[in-house]
Amino acid sequence: MTRTDPLDVPRPDARLHFGVFFQGVNHWTVWSDPASGSQIDPANFRRVAQTAERGLFDAFFLGEGLRLREVDGQIHDLDVAGRPDAITQLAALAAVTDRIGLVSTSNTTFNEAPDLARRLSGLDLLSEGRAGWNVVTTDNAWTGANFRRGGYLDHADRYRRAEEFLTVARAIWDSWEDAAVSDSADAPSWAAPGAVRQVRHQGPQFDVDLAPTLPRSAQGHPVIFQAGDSGEGRDFAARNADVIFSAHGNDFDDALAFADDLRRRLRAVGRPEDDLRILPGTEIIIGATEEEALEKKRWIRLQQVTPATALGIAGLLWGIDLSGRDADGPLPKEDPVAAENDGSFGARRIADPRQVVAEWREKADANRWSLRETVIALGPQRGHVGTPEGLADKFAHFVRHGAVDGFNVTPYLIPDGLDDIVDHLVPALQERGVYRTDYTGTTLREHLDLREPLTHRTTTDRRRAG
Amino acid sequence: MSGPALRLALEIDGDGAHPAAWRRAAHSPDQLLSPRRLARVAAAAENAGFTLLTLDDGALPPGAGPDVVGRIGAVERAAFIAASTSVVGIAPVVPPTYAEPFHVSSQLASLDHISAGRAGWVVSEETRPEAASVWGRPLVDGDAARARESRDGVEVVRDLWDSWEDDAVIRSVATSRYLDRDRLHYVDFTGDTYTVKGPAIVPRPPQGQLVVFGSPDRVPGDQLDVALVEGRDLAAVTASASAAGTPRTFAEVEIALDTADATAEERVADLEEHGSWSDRGRLRHIGSAAGLAALLGELRGVVDGVRLHPLVLDEDLPELSRLVLPHLFERRHAVRPLPGASLRTHLGLDRPANRYAAAAAQEDAR
Repeated sequence: MTRTDPLDVPRPDARLHFGVFFQGVNHWTVWSDPASGSQIDPANFRRVAQTAERGLFDAFFLGEGLRLREVDGQIHDLDVAGRPDAITQLAALAAVTDRIGLVSTSNTTFNEAPDLARRLSGLDLLSEGRAGWNVVTTDNAWTGANFRRGGYLDHADRYRRAEEFLTVARAIWDSWEDAAVSDSADAPSWAAPGAVRQVRHQGPQFDVDLAPTLPRSAQGHPVIFQAGDSGEGRDFAARNADVIFSAHGNDFDDALAFADDLRRRLRAVGRPEDDLRILPGTEIIIGATEEEALEKKRWIRLQQVTPATALGIAGLLWGIDLSGRDADGPLPKEDPVAAENDGSFGARRIADPRQVVAEWREKADANRWSLRETVIALGPQRGHVGTPEGLADKFAHFVRHGAVDGFNVTPYLIPDGLDDIVDHLVPALQERGVYRTDYTGTTLREHLDLREPLTHRTTTDRRRAG
Repeated sequence: MSGPALRLALEIDGDGAHPAAWRRAAHSPDQLLSPRRLARVAAAAENAGFTLLTLDDGALPPGAGPDVVGRIGAVERAAFIAASTSVVGIAPVVPPTYAEPFHVSSQLASLDHISAGRAGWVVSEETRPEAASVWGRPLVDGDAARARESRDGVEVVRDLWDSWEDDAVIRSVATSRYLDRDRLHYVDFTGDTYTVKGPAIVPRPPQGQLVVFGSPDRVPGDQLDVALVEGRDLAAVTASASAAGTPRTFAEVEIALDTADATAEERVADLEEHGSWSDRGRLRHIGSAAGLAALLGELRGVVDGVRLHPLVLDEDLPELSRLVLPHLFERRHAVRPLPGASLRTHLGLDRPANRYAAAAAQEDAR
C-alpha cells in the first residue's frame, strides 16, 4: 500500500469531495464518439447522477447559459448546445436519486430573487435537503435581449445585484421558523401563528414585501456555490459562499496559493478559514498505465479540438474569421485584431491579443507545432491524467495539504464518462483513507461537512468556530 | 347523452380544492410538502387511469391571512412527478403575468423532455396585487392588462418551442458541426410590453409544442389546445364549450364524494366551519360516486374531457379510483392513457409542424 504517514501533513483526516458537472454547452464533451449519447435525453442525466451517487459523490451540477452562443452574429455550431433548465431537470433527478446533492447554476441578473429563491426552496424540499445554488451573474445586454428586463448591468453592478439578491433569498429562506408547520390536523392553523414572517426589503435592486410560501428544508437552506476568480469574485465568495469553484486545481503550488488567498479573505470577513470548500473544476483521464493514460489524453484532445474547433478558438484570439484555413498548417501570418465585446461568445475579452499571439508563435516555432497542436498545447490545461493509484496518491497529497477540498469533475463522455472514476479511482482513494466509504449524512450540507447556513449562526457558533 | 369517451384530468395541488382540505388529509400537515406524499398522490392517480394531472400554483401562499399553507412551485413538482411516473400527463399552472417568458419556455420544454412528451401547460393569471412585488415589476392592473400578458406570454413561449427544428442537432463528424444553424431561428418577438430575441436554449420539446390549457376568456382560442370551460350547469358548460373555438374542451368539475366514514354533505359541512369553498362558477357534484359517474356520462359529447377538483384528495381520490373511473372505463365513457404515448396523442391532437421550418421550406420551394 502506498499510504503516506498521515501525521506528517497539515490535514491528516481530510477527505476528498467529488462533484460531477454535466457540462451542457461546451466543446469538451466528445460528441463524435459512437459511445456519446444524447445531451438532452433524461435517461442520460439520470445515468450520470446515479453513477455519481454510486461513487458517493457529494453533488451533481448543471450549468446555465441564457442565450445560444454566437460568433460574428452567427450561432456557434461546433459545440454541444441545447440543455434543460437546471432547476427543472434537478427536480426530476430528486425523484430518482437518494443522497447526491443537486446544484443548479442560476443567474442573479435575469432572475428575480423571490421567484428563484422559491424554486430553489422547492428543489431543496423535494430532495429533502440536497439542493445547492451556484450563483452566477451576467453583464451583457446581448443575453438581456431574451428577457423582459433586457438591459445591461456593468461589472460592479452585477455583483451588487447578486449580493442583494442573496440577501433577499436568505431572508425568504429564513422567514419560516423551524417546525413552523403543525403536526396535527386539529391545530388552529396549518402553520403556527406568527411562525411565518413577512419579508420586507427595500434596496437599489429589489423592493420586496411578501409572504413566502415555503418552510426550511432539512439542511436549513440551499448550499451556496460560487465561481469567480477576480479579487471581487473571491471576496464575494468569502462573504457569501459555502463552496467555491476554481480553475486552480492542476498545479499543486497554484492550488495551494489560491486556497491560502481564500483563507486570508475568509479571516478578513470574520469567518473560520475552513468555512469554505474549494472544488476546482477538472477533467480526470484514467489509464491502466501512465502510457495508456497519456495516449488516451492525446486521443481525447484531438476529439475535443477538431480542426474546425481549433480554427474557431484561434479565430477568437486573432479576431479574424479563420474558417477554411488549414488547422494542421502553421499559425496565421496576420496580426491579431482586438475585438469589441458585446457579450456574445465570439468576442471575449482578451487583454492583449498581440502579446498572446506572440507567445503562441514563439512556442509553436520552438516545438514545430501546427495551429491545432498549438491550440491543444496552449489552451487551458485542465485535468489530471494517470493511473488510479497515481492519481489517488496525488489527490491525497493535494487534499491533505489543504490545496483543495475536492474536485468538480467534468466527464468527457456522456453518459459513461464517469464510470472509470467511480469504478477505479474511488476505490483507490478509499484505500488511502481520503474518500468516504459511505454517505454519513443525508443532506448536501452534511456531505460537504459544512456548518449551519451563515444566517443561522448564533454568536456562540461564531465564537466557537472562530 | 352519448359521445366519444372522455379524458380525465385531476387537479392535485395541496390537499384538495377546499382551503381547509388539510384538516381532513390522511397525513399530518407537515407531510404535505414531502416528496413521498407527492409521489404517492401521483402514483395513485396514474394507477387510477387519469390522463392528466394538473398542479395549481401562484407566487404567494394559497390562502390568506394567518392561515398560510405552503406550496412548492408547480414546475418543480411537475418535474419530480414526471420522473416518478410513466404514463400520465402532467401540466403545471404557470401564470405569465409577471414571469419571464424565456424562463417559462425553458422550464416547460424541459418538463416535456423529462416526461418524454407527457407535459402540458395550464395558463393562469396572477391576480393578487402583492404578486407584483415578487417580481419587482409594476402592477399589471385589470383584466385587459392581464389578458395582454397572457396572450403575449403564450405567443412567445410557443415561438421559442419552435425556435429549434426537430433535427437541429446534426452531429456532423465530417464537418465538426454539432448544430445546423439554419435549423435554429431567432423568434424576434415584439409584444406590447417587451421583446424577446431567441432562439431557445432548450431543444424543441418532444411533442413539438406542449399541450396548452387555459380559459378562452383570457387567452385567444387559437393559442390554446384545450379550453378549460366553466358553468354552474350542463347548459352553461355546453354554451361555453361550443363558443370556445379551441381544438379540445375540458369542463371544470368540483367534487365531493360520499365515503364510508361520512357523506359528501357532511364532509363539506365539516370543512365549511373553517372556511368557505368559494363558488367559482363551476359544475359542482356533492354526493355519490354513481351520481358523479352519471354526470360525467352526460358530459360526453359536450366536452372532450373533464378536470376534477376534489374536495380532499386523500378522501376523494380513493373513491374515484375504486368506483368512478372503473365504472366509466367499463362503459367506455372514458379512456385510460396508453403507455408510451404523448399527451397530445392521448388527447387526439396532432404533433404540430414547426412554424419556422414550414416557412423555411416555403422559402426553399420558391
